[in-house]
Amino acid sequence: MSLSIFDQVDPPAPPTISASRRRKSRIRATDLLDEAVLGIGSRPARLVLTMIGTVVGIGALVATLGLGQTAGGQIAQRFDAVAATRVVLTPAEAPPGAPDDDNGTAELPWDAAERVGRLAGVAAAGTYTEIDIGTDSVSGVQLIDPTNSATFDIPVVAGSPGLLDADVGTLATGRFFDAGHDRRADPVAVLGARAAQKLGISRVDSRPSIFIGDRSYAVIGVIGAVERRDALLDAVIIPNGTAAVRFNLAAPSDVDVRTVLGAAQQVGRQAAIAVAPNQPDSVKVSAPPPPGRLGDAVQQDVNGLFLAFGALALVVGGFGIANVTLLSVMERTPEIGLRRALGAKRRHIAGQFLVESGVIGMIGGLIGAAIGVLTVLAASIGRDWTPVLDLRMAIAAPVAGALIGLLSGAYPAAKAATIEPITALRQGS
Amino acid sequence: MTTDLPLVPPASDANDPAPLPVVELIDVHRSYPGTPEVLAVRGVDLRIEPGEYLSIVGPSGSGKSTLLHLLGLLDRPTSGVYRLDGQDVAELGEAARSGLRGRRIGFVFQTFHLIGGRTVLDNVMLSMLYQAVPRAVRKARAVEVLEQVGLSGRQHFLPTKLSGGERQRVAIARALAGRPSLLLADEPTGNLDHQNASGVLDLFDTLHADGLTLAVITHDDQVSRRAERRVRISDGELSPA
Repeated sequence: MSLSIFDQVDPPAPPTISASRRRKSRIRATDLLDEAVLGIGSRPARLVLTMIGTVVGIGALVATLGLGQTAGGQIAQRFDAVAATRVVLTPAEAPPGAPDDDNGTAELPWDAAERVGRLAGVAAAGTYTEIDIGTDSVSGVQLIDPTNSATFDIPVVAGSPGLLDADVGTLATGRFFDAGHDRRADPVAVLGARAAQKLGISRVDSRPSIFIGDRSYAVIGVIGAVERRDALLDAVIIPNGTAAVRFNLAAPSDVDVRTVLGAAQQVGRQAAIAVAPNQPDSVKVSAPPPPGRLGDAVQQDVNGLFLAFGALALVVGGFGIANVTLLSVMERTPEIGLRRALGAKRRHIAGQFLVESGVIGMIGGLIGAAIGVLTVLAASIGRDWTPVLDLRMAIAAPVAGALIGLLSGAYPAAKAATIEPITALRQGS
Repeated sequence: MTTDLPLVPPASDANDPAPLPVVELIDVHRSYPGTPEVLAVRGVDLRIEPGEYLSIVGPSGSGKSTLLHLLGLLDRPTSGVYRLDGQDVAELGEAARSGLRGRRIGFVFQTFHLIGGRTVLDNVMLSMLYQAVPRAVRKARAVEVLEQVGLSGRQHFLPTKLSGGERQRVAIARALAGRPSLLLADEPTGNLDHQNASGVLDLFDTLHADGLTLAVITHDDQVSRRAERRVRISDGELSPA
């Protein structure tokens, strides 16, 4: 057993120069790493001091970038839910030479909402058309005395049964009109919350009526809130069929579409063909921008000050490593002498200090990244946000730390390599 | 693991008729530039045969440190020939000298030069580190030499927990682990009390009996007297003691 150990140790070399070249000192990479880690580990207090700057710097950078991403993600998420599912179709300006009606714009068909509704990804669709009621006005009770006018300047809107759902509206009371009302051109109306307030109507169980001009309409519901088309809250809404009969409405002006999340762009591309297969150009489609661009715009709002602070802390951290490593080199001069006596070459000494400072930087980067991530998490929990973190950052942080360590360790390592073994050994240990 | 093997193998090949001297210095000078120029070692001729136990004694400032550095390949002669195991080393480059130093010379210092914060075993395993010897082999060898110097039970101690004599024995174990051609000791008992000092010198006697080549540099006649052969250095010149 012990024989094998002796076999591993080389026998004396033949006395030639070429033989001596073969027997130059070398160290295994794993041993170099071992030595560096053991060297660091034997001075834990110093390790903390050395890496504090790197920890602060990396921590500040990770926290800043992470918070920026989280806030950006948060804004994008809210934006997505409301606006990124909204597609609006309007008649386009007719291209020159195309057959069109006399006012220069194409018309949407009455069943535009149903046509769009058949597309995959559409959650709801409804038409929206403002009606010109001319000199008529909306009133709560029939006018008997024209001099004692109780009329209001309330707009009248024609809608299809899907309008409320398409504009994410909720009813305060009653119901919205349906396809039957529409088909029969029933004189029914749904009021927006603000219009209802003006007209003094808060409940529909007593079957209140309103008048547009001299015609009465039964109020069947009141809209409490909408997320889109805020104008609906100010308006009296009547079915398309009723509007066509009573106000000679020729065609709907807008189709409001609510898509499922992520389908807005696709629906936007297909809606025009669905509505006007022969003349897709006659329909103008407003779809939200792809989410990527939106996110980018928010990303740029990341606080530059914090990034600058993080970068500064990293530079300070680098100087910290350089300083303490230099101190360490001075302090460990006898050890350097010993290692030289044991056969270490200059570059072995330099290598050890470089690897030590690189490892210190990497540990600092890891701890800093952890602190940064925890900061982002804490801030997200505090604000009820969804934390968003780029995974690449978790990898980049220790790598950046190691690079800073290597860079900072370069000068002390070079310094250590120049120490003469005789000088080093003269210092006691 | 059995340890009845000698610590030191035969210094020369069996088929080599005349064993080469471990050290051969021929008219070696070492001067340091300056005004006036310092002649630290002048015209030294010295042969150390395999298995010899030599002491070099001299007062401080006699040039004995310079001689130690020359012998240990830590310094170069200004002129003269130095053959280590028959190989002329005066003209070798720095890297080759580092290699030879690591393989052929085992150093024992007055101040031990153990690395604090590292265990006894770790310290001994540093030997052969720069010869790219696998860790397992270094460890096995370290365990073995620690047993030879009587410190088996101290493997996992930190040097700070050891007595001076024990520390020096750790340093000797480290020097032996690499199986050097020459053990070079510089005032090995300088920091030890009488009892620990004689313990270390007894160990040297044992190692010598096992065939190790030793050169002990000291100012202490008590130490030099234990050697088989003594030379005296004075004003950089060597004379038989």
